[in-house]
Amino acid sequence: MNMEIPARSENESFVRVVVAAFVARIDPTLEELNEVKTAVSEAVTNCIIHAYDNTEEGVIRISVVLEGKKLCMEIEDRGKGIADIERAREPLYTEKPELERAGMGFSIMENFMDELYVESEPGKGTRVKMIRSFGKNAWDNH
Amino acid sequence: MQVKLIRRKNDLIVRLEGELDHHTANIFRDAVDKELAKDIVQNVVLNLDSLTFMDSSGIGAILGRYRQVKAKGGKMVFCGPSKHIKKILQLGGLLTIIPVCSDENKALQACIKI
Repeated sequence: MNMEIPARSENESFVRVVVAAFVARIDPTLEELNEVKTAVSEAVTNCIIHAYDNTEEGVIRISVVLEGKKLCMEIEDRGKGIADIERAREPLYTEKPELERAGMGFSIMENFMDELYVESEPGKGTRVKMIRSFGKNAWDNH
Repeated sequence: MQVKLIRRKNDLIVRLEGELDHHTANIFRDAVDKELAKDIVQNVVLNLDSLTFMDSSGIGAILGRYRQVKAKGGKMVFCGPSKHIKKILQLGGLLTIIPVCSDENKALQACIKI
């Protein structure tokens, strides 16, 4: 599933709903669904606030693929990029403390997904890739 | 998202309904700040019982209100967060500074005790 949306804050909930509907086919638990929704919400919010500096201009590309019970999501922008990815991924680090940002976006993505990859080029944009396998615990119990 | 404010003497109960994200954080922020600016409220109870979603934007917005309440010598207490929202609060470090109670009355009592 691919979609392109304008980088506006009202689209954050829209993306969550679409991704949740897409993932629903593999019958996730409520907890798994909430975690995926939160992770994608963090990625899209980063694009709006940081990549496009809250200008409400620009486009966010979202690609979601399911291979069996494995979910792969890519969130991509053509915004200002991240100069120091390692620092940006540190918990509590934020470039916009004046906007009451907690600096927890990447930490939450890391926590709720199995794998997180961030590629970025200043002036060109950023691509965040997240992978998560579902139902691992359910299988262990059988 | 909807924010309902109920004032009981010096305590403010804030009931959050719906989704607290970057888009809706301003609704929460503006409603609570307007009430805090009146300088009547001392303690704030955040009722998260009807909050269906929250991400890190919520952590930042709650922390901003917590700092104001604390600066004036007041307390903040949560009540009713779902398991998932409790996890977000915990990841954001909020559970180490803001106690959680099961309902509004217990939260109001906790404001006096702590």
